[in-house]
Amino acid sequence: MINPFEIIETIEMIDKENLDIRTITMGISLKSCAGPDIETKCKKVYDKITSYAKDLVKTGEDIEQQFGIPIINKRISVTPIATLADALDEPTVDKCVKLAKTLDEAAKAVGVNFIGGFSALVHKGYTNGERVLIESIPRALAETDIVCSSVSVGSTKAGINMDAVKQMGEIVKQAAELTSDTQGFACAKLVVFCNPVEDNPFMAGAFLGDGEGECVINVGVSGPGVVKCALEKVKGQDFGVVAETIKKTAFKITRMGQLVAQKASARLGVPFGIVDLSLAPTPAVGDSVAYILEEMGLEKCGTHGTTAALALLNDAVKKGGVMASSYVGGLSGAFIPVSEDAGMIEAAKCGALSLEKLEAMTCVCSVGLDMIVIPGDTSAATISAIIADEAAIGMINTKTTAVRIIPAPGAVEGDVVEFGGLLGTGPVMPVSKYGSDEFIARGGRIPAPINSLKN
Amino acid sequence: MKAIVTVVGEDKKGIIAKVSNVLYENDVNIVDISQTIMQNMFTMIMMVEFKSANVSVQQITEKLNVIAEEMGLSIHVQREEIFTSMHRI
Repeated sequence: MINPFEIIETIEMIDKENLDIRTITMGISLKSCAGPDIETKCKKVYDKITSYAKDLVKTGEDIEQQFGIPIINKRISVTPIATLADALDEPTVDKCVKLAKTLDEAAKAVGVNFIGGFSALVHKGYTNGERVLIESIPRALAETDIVCSSVSVGSTKAGINMDAVKQMGEIVKQAAELTSDTQGFACAKLVVFCNPVEDNPFMAGAFLGDGEGECVINVGVSGPGVVKCALEKVKGQDFGVVAETIKKTAFKITRMGQLVAQKASARLGVPFGIVDLSLAPTPAVGDSVAYILEEMGLEKCGTHGTTAALALLNDAVKKGGVMASSYVGGLSGAFIPVSEDAGMIEAAKCGALSLEKLEAMTCVCSVGLDMIVIPGDTSAATISAIIADEAAIGMINTKTTAVRIIPAPGAVEGDVVEFGGLLGTGPVMPVSKYGSDEFIARGGRIPAPINSLKN
Repeated sequence: MKAIVTVVGEDKKGIIAKVSNVLYENDVNIVDISQTIMQNMFTMIMMVEFKSANVSVQQITEKLNVIAEEMGLSIHVQREEIFTSMHRI
């Protein structure tokens, strides 16, 4: 029989330390739905999603009950919708919004929490459909509930499309203004990427990439609380011990994800894609990445030393998780979404954590500037410049970076914006008072970087 | 299919009797049982077999939850694989 201490350890991880499977995400290719007529296309999209994902939620719930492991979300990711917009006879904003509404309806019909993939990849240039789809994002997000959108504006191979960066600053602003009654909630469903991955199960940036198959199951694990509790037991010991402890914990967490992914894949008769071994915080106290960093000895997350602590954490999570799963992918690392992390919220409120420090942290974390609320009067050019900085970090370091930023209408520094649920509470953080307008107005492309001669 | 039943709580008369009675009534076989005091708490771990049983893990969980509530215990029923996959390579 399995050692009783191991059984109790597993149960404590779930009951007291917030271990959970964050999401089972079904990737569904919509390439077969492309066609010139919008009505036919919407019907095909709706039918395909509701038929492929009809058992997803039930299967997730069964696994949850039989194994006693909470599965917080069931989600769907689809082929970037710009592909469908391109196939239309005459792509218009109205038609793209109709597609977004179709995704929303289909996702609600099967009972999932989110559907991602209202996306366009324009890191080198725009097609006509992509241009229209991006223009439609503010309305699409404002007029739907659970559709998530992402746009790729840069990559290590292609450089940064500064025209798209400029446009995305404006799109983020428009999305915020269209949802001013919810303090810019649409922006919480919009991610601007550099080097996006094709198999990400996490929102808002999930889409099913071009190299993916017809249908696939990807699983995202979580468990910052478990890592924090494990580190409490090695207080004061050196970093070798810290890294080793995180690795062992990440291994155990990921094994759980691997098991759930295999079970879900077998029961749904859909191939298993990857386990994304990310530490994804929630606003619940005890489920915070910031608290892990503080457990390492930092007085507050955001102080000097935070980047080093996060680098160690991010790397140890990957090392521990890689052996636990047959296929690791997605974003895999530590997320630092400010409004979704109790410790980050606290650190931002007391002034320990600034936008500048967060930018430095994104060089070593799994993604980028995430769920950051900034003053409502921030200009589109400043938002574009924030996106450009973040894309540059991703491009040069060959990593995924992203910006999910909310210029909450009417909000000023010091205010607090409530999003509710997993999206949490965002303290409004100040941006630089100096402009970047002329820089952003230049347009064009920042060339791809040289990938040798690194020093 | 094997599952692990864990019962944790303050020691009281009749815990084992009540839990095993529910299992017996539902034709769930107890394969192994261990009981200990961990961190001052009564801790019982049972490995059970659902082979001939006509109930699911979910149904047994619901029935045991009634006892858990009545006696102030925490009872989990989880398929065995979750523990083996987490702690064994």
